[in-house]
Amino acid sequence: MSKDGANTSRRKFLIGANIVVGSAGVVGLAVPFLSSWNPSARALAAGAPIKVDVSKLEAGEILGPIPAWRDKPIFVIKRSEEMLKKLNSQNARLADPNSERQQQPEYAKNDTRSIKRDVIVLVGLCTHLSCSPKFRPAVQPETFDPEWLGGFYCPCHGSKFDLAGRVYAGVPAPSNMEVPPHFFESDSVVVIGEDEGKV
Amino acid sequence: MMTALRNLMEWIDARLPVTETYEKHMSKYYAPKNLNIWYLFGVLSFVVLVNQLLTGIWLTMSYVPTGESAFASVEYIMRDVDYGWLLRYMHSTGASAFFVVVYLHMFRGLMYGSYQKPRELIWILGMLIYVALMAEGFFGYLLPWGNMSFWGAQVIVSLAGAIPFVGEDLAIWVRGDFNMSGVTLNRFFALHVVLVPLVLLVLVVLHILALHEVGSNNPDGIDVKKHLDEEGRPLDSVPFHPYHTIGHDLSAIVVFLFIFCSVLFFFPDGGGYLIEHPNYEPADPLKTPELIAPVWYYTPFYSMLRAATFPLFGLDAKFWGLVVMAGAIAIPFVLPWLDKSPVRSMRYKGTPSKVFLGLFIIAFFILGYLGTVHPTPFKTLIAQICTGVYFGYFLLMPWYTSVEITKPVPDRVTMG
Repeated sequence: MSKDGANTSRRKFLIGANIVVGSAGVVGLAVPFLSSWNPSARALAAGAPIKVDVSKLEAGEILGPIPAWRDKPIFVIKRSEEMLKKLNSQNARLADPNSERQQQPEYAKNDTRSIKRDVIVLVGLCTHLSCSPKFRPAVQPETFDPEWLGGFYCPCHGSKFDLAGRVYAGVPAPSNMEVPPHFFESDSVVVIGEDEGKV
Repeated sequence: MMTALRNLMEWIDARLPVTETYEKHMSKYYAPKNLNIWYLFGVLSFVVLVNQLLTGIWLTMSYVPTGESAFASVEYIMRDVDYGWLLRYMHSTGASAFFVVVYLHMFRGLMYGSYQKPRELIWILGMLIYVALMAEGFFGYLLPWGNMSFWGAQVIVSLAGAIPFVGEDLAIWVRGDFNMSGVTLNRFFALHVVLVPLVLLVLVVLHILALHEVGSNNPDGIDVKKHLDEEGRPLDSVPFHPYHTIGHDLSAIVVFLFIFCSVLFFFPDGGGYLIEHPNYEPADPLKTPELIAPVWYYTPFYSMLRAATFPLFGLDAKFWGLVVMAGAIAIPFVLPWLDKSPVRSMRYKGTPSKVFLGLFIIAFFILGYLGTVHPTPFKTLIAQICTGVYFGYFLLMPWYTSVEITKPVPDRVTMG
């Protein structure tokens, strides 16, 4: 009790109780505001898988970028025998040559990062800040790399990837390009966006 | 007639302190008489703010914030709306002009120690305005939905993805989609035209209220309140209105508008620096422009982001890029506590302070240039050195401001 008869301890309790209840209210009220920023049902539905015909793709060519899985650009590349031969010759320069980081489904964790040895499917976005890297397949000295064996070069920040989408060491991008879930429905049709037998 | 007017003012003043407020902030607000050209950029930024608000409101009347129609609606404003081109160019040129005057205003603060006690809060509120302005510019840049709008925003939103563990989900939450889309455009529009402007206006009012509480600094960095006349007015100060307003600010505004209109009418895209050329193509999620460069006012920070190229402590280089960039924006906030100098103005500080400020400005310009060009190993090295200088200016300040020999500060202001 203070001098003027006010019950100070009760007053403190009431203020404290008000703060606690009020804070809970604010947290509760924040939920709808924050949740409304999540992808809407429509945006989620638009992320459905797509089918791509790769029968007309010649060796050494890229199909894409094509809008596919979740509106991201997708690269489908058919590598030539020569490309595959050189693919693992500079592994010492790569940051993650054995694809240890989870940037691909289990069935693409191999030395070509693909189901079939020649056809690789990649999400065409740099793992640095999501620019779309350029396909530079020619084996020739480039301004960004005198010993270039072909691959992808990101014009935004200079990240380099080989023809399996594996990142070179010492560039801004931290990890290999993502291999999306995919499977071959037939010899010529690849389904991008889901694994085989899974819907 | 005059009596009627006087009676009306008395009636109002008894209910709302109009005259009192006018006197406190205008006719009886005393500002040092030795303020020089560097003290004009605060008023000029206010002029630009009004320009941005007015033209912005008018632009929303014809602009459509959807992925399907945004680009076309900007073309419509440029071609079919009467004077639409003028309103849009006033707004886009105004955005760059805003940063020009704000950067000069901030440089003035660094030069004359305007952030020192008792003006720490003015400085912090000013920094908050700067950050809000950067956010405002970033959200606004997406709205034309050109290809540079799209990829510029893509890069910056992806920055969130660099945060360990929660990053990817955070980026999706900010975009409202798996990739940048009309959903993102729509929410950036809301932030650009409602939320950030409201925050900006509140901050500007607080910035000015804090300034008027302690009074303006001056090029000598002297406390003018030490010498008062018999009525308690600072001897070295004159009333803000009409001496500063009509005497200086009005002519400065005229000169500023000359320059502003020259750019507005003759170089509205500023050679690709104010409106970048890829932005004349609609946004294409499959085609990254050859060179992604942000608008010039962000390029110093963009360079610092790119300067981080190696992983550290098991964390990715891109995370450190984010840390460096965020740190570069955050570190000026604590400037008032880094400066240990007994004097405020560069006029009386020692050589180390002058050298460090000079190097800081040079590094800032070089970083700004490097942010507009393709990275090469050599340029990245230069960017890394300049990033070091940028941070060195702040982090070494407690040392060099406390060991250097300062010149004696005069008792009264000089008119040099």
